[in-house]
Amino acid sequence: MAQLIKNNAATVDTWQTLQLGEGETPETIALPAGDVIFPLAVWQARKTEIISCHKRIGLLIQPDERVEDIAADLEYFIVIAVNFPKFVDGRGYSTASLLRQRYAYQGELRAVGDVLHDQLFFMQRVGFDSYALKDDKNLTYAIEAGFKPFGDAYQASTSQPQPYFRRRA
Amino acid sequence: MYKYDAIDRQLINQRVDQFRDQVRRWKAGELSDDEFRPLRLQNGLYIQRHAPMFRIAVPYAMMSSAQLRTLAHVARKYDRGYGHFTTRHNLQLNWPKVEDVPEILAELAEVEMHAIQTSGNCLRNITTDQFAGVAADEVIDPRPLAEILRQWTTFHPEFAFLPRKFKIAISGTKEDRAVTWFHDIGLQLQEQNGEVGFRVIVGGGLGRTPIRGQVVREFLPWQHILTYCEAILRVYNRQGRRDNAYKARIKILVQALGVEAFAQQVEEEWAHGKYGPATITQAEFDRVAAHFTAPAYEKLGEAALPDDKAFHNWLARNTHPHKVSGYAAVTLSLKKHGIAPGDITSEQMIAVADLADRYSFGELRISHEQNIILADVKKSDLHEVWKKAKIAGLATPNIGLLTGIICCPGGDFCDLANAKSIPIATAIQARFDDLDYLFDIGEIDLNISGCMNACGHHHVGHIGVLGVDKNDSEFYQVTLGGRQGNEAKLGKVIGPSFAADEMPDVVDKIIKVYIENRHPDERFLDTFDRIGIDPFKNRVYEGRAHGKAKAAQQEAA
Repeated sequence: MAQLIKNNAATVDTWQTLQLGEGETPETIALPAGDVIFPLAVWQARKTEIISCHKRIGLLIQPDERVEDIAADLEYFIVIAVNFPKFVDGRGYSTASLLRQRYAYQGELRAVGDVLHDQLFFMQRVGFDSYALKDDKNLTYAIEAGFKPFGDAYQASTSQPQPYFRRRA
Repeated sequence: MYKYDAIDRQLINQRVDQFRDQVRRWKAGELSDDEFRPLRLQNGLYIQRHAPMFRIAVPYAMMSSAQLRTLAHVARKYDRGYGHFTTRHNLQLNWPKVEDVPEILAELAEVEMHAIQTSGNCLRNITTDQFAGVAADEVIDPRPLAEILRQWTTFHPEFAFLPRKFKIAISGTKEDRAVTWFHDIGLQLQEQNGEVGFRVIVGGGLGRTPIRGQVVREFLPWQHILTYCEAILRVYNRQGRRDNAYKARIKILVQALGVEAFAQQVEEEWAHGKYGPATITQAEFDRVAAHFTAPAYEKLGEAALPDDKAFHNWLARNTHPHKVSGYAAVTLSLKKHGIAPGDITSEQMIAVADLADRYSFGELRISHEQNIILADVKKSDLHEVWKKAKIAGLATPNIGLLTGIICCPGGDFCDLANAKSIPIATAIQARFDDLDYLFDIGEIDLNISGCMNACGHHHVGHIGVLGVDKNDSEFYQVTLGGRQGNEAKLGKVIGPSFAADEMPDVVDKIIKVYIENRHPDERFLDTFDRIGIDPFKNRVYEGRAHGKAKAAQQEAA
């Protein structure tokens, strides 16, 4: 169970993520009750069914999945989890930027997978607001130091839409 | 040159603290080797066979004398008293201790230097023309936009973990001296109907799969360069291959999609960001450009120079035309015969810093040919500068000549190398040690890389030498006809590779073919273009056993 950071504090994760087991397909897998994060393929295959029986819906996006494909559905999601299978796979940063900046997604945006201390600063800047820190990592220190190695930044980003040069006195 | 303000200083100081903390956590076992690796690489730190290799950035080649003195001090205190200038505006130290690197970074930060993103799969150091701002053929000074791009690349949150490394070069001259056709993004500044902008070239690169870049946009007004680069990088970050490191550079993506389809995707992406907040303001351009104003040049006539053959040899090879009358740009050669090309001792760094202070407004530049440039020397001072440079061992008059070799550190230092490169360079320098003969041979670029990663730019050498590994032995493949500049292209492989001890003879034969065939006023490349590769090939392989005959010879031996 990963350790969830939200609003600069350790939080209990109330969501479960649906995983496709061996032999299961998006079309046939049983949909659990409660707060569920659905893989994108399941959402696409069972959208009507999910909407009819779930009030709170979450979505899981893999690095090679395109935000464009679910851009019209964003209003349904309370949480979108972006998976980082390996922390050096940087595609999720573009996914997050697009969700926030182009498609104006307002819900919770959660980094999941290989989420480590030294990437939290970048993740926050592209628009993540919750972080499933990898299991054996120091949660307290991540909250204390991981989000502020730098006091400011040059570029425009989700968390600071104006680049530094437009904010100079 | 650019001086840091509060934000620039804050960021590099915090970078030092961040890296100190990362090293501490790695030592304490809180960061695994795999987790630490990309972090240290993004601070220029490789762990090599002998010791770590540490790469310090010299953004767009500019340095002050104070910065060079600090490099001299750092090389002495934390290393063996010398450093190595690379082909991408970096200084490499070959023997520092990992534990010392935070301290080195702290000392560098004092003089506004750093090692940010000098390696790793991220946006690397921006490179440009070593004569920026003074070149007689300059259209637009690239340095203000290079600095604006430097800031944009520094800790960009979306592009910190790209499929592979990403190199940007920018040039503002008629004759390209920044190898812009062979970078991930090559930017050529130009003027169109009174407006300044870039020709944007994408997908060039040397390395394992050398490819000349292709134009994705003929003209992009300068204000849009950040939003446009973001569009390029976003397309690449999302679609560049991550399954195979050898196919992960943007050049492979551009080839796979085709340049038209790639350009179309970039334009579609850019349509969203165009005119966004990252559009550069005139105020920001003016603020940065104010750092690159011309120094206080004097009004000078042409100077009368002493009549001395050795001095005039140096003038012919090591000075470059300046746009202000009475001044010249001087190249201090780091290609002294017998010394690893690009290597410089701490003592030499101090000597160069003194020369810069005394004769060139306290500034200097690094060239991708691994030499140092004093950009603003009065012609009347040239004789003194030459004498002092000679004492420091920095006046070898071989710039652009056969022994002014570009060479990577090779198998002596680098874990990636298939073969040694420095001993090949020094053996060739030893063979061609007669200065009159070197001058007679004339302009020729000889570039050596110890492996196909091509740090020595062998593909674009008129003569290129590539170290290869065959059955655990080191061999060298030779290419001819490569070139940089506006007509940049890749050299052609001449044939089967050679053993190390054959290389001086091979180069000698190539040179002899040129000398026998050249027309008056023809440079090596001109003759090569006229007569083609065959005469060179025939001479080099003449009497050389091939195939079965070679095997039989080896058996007999």
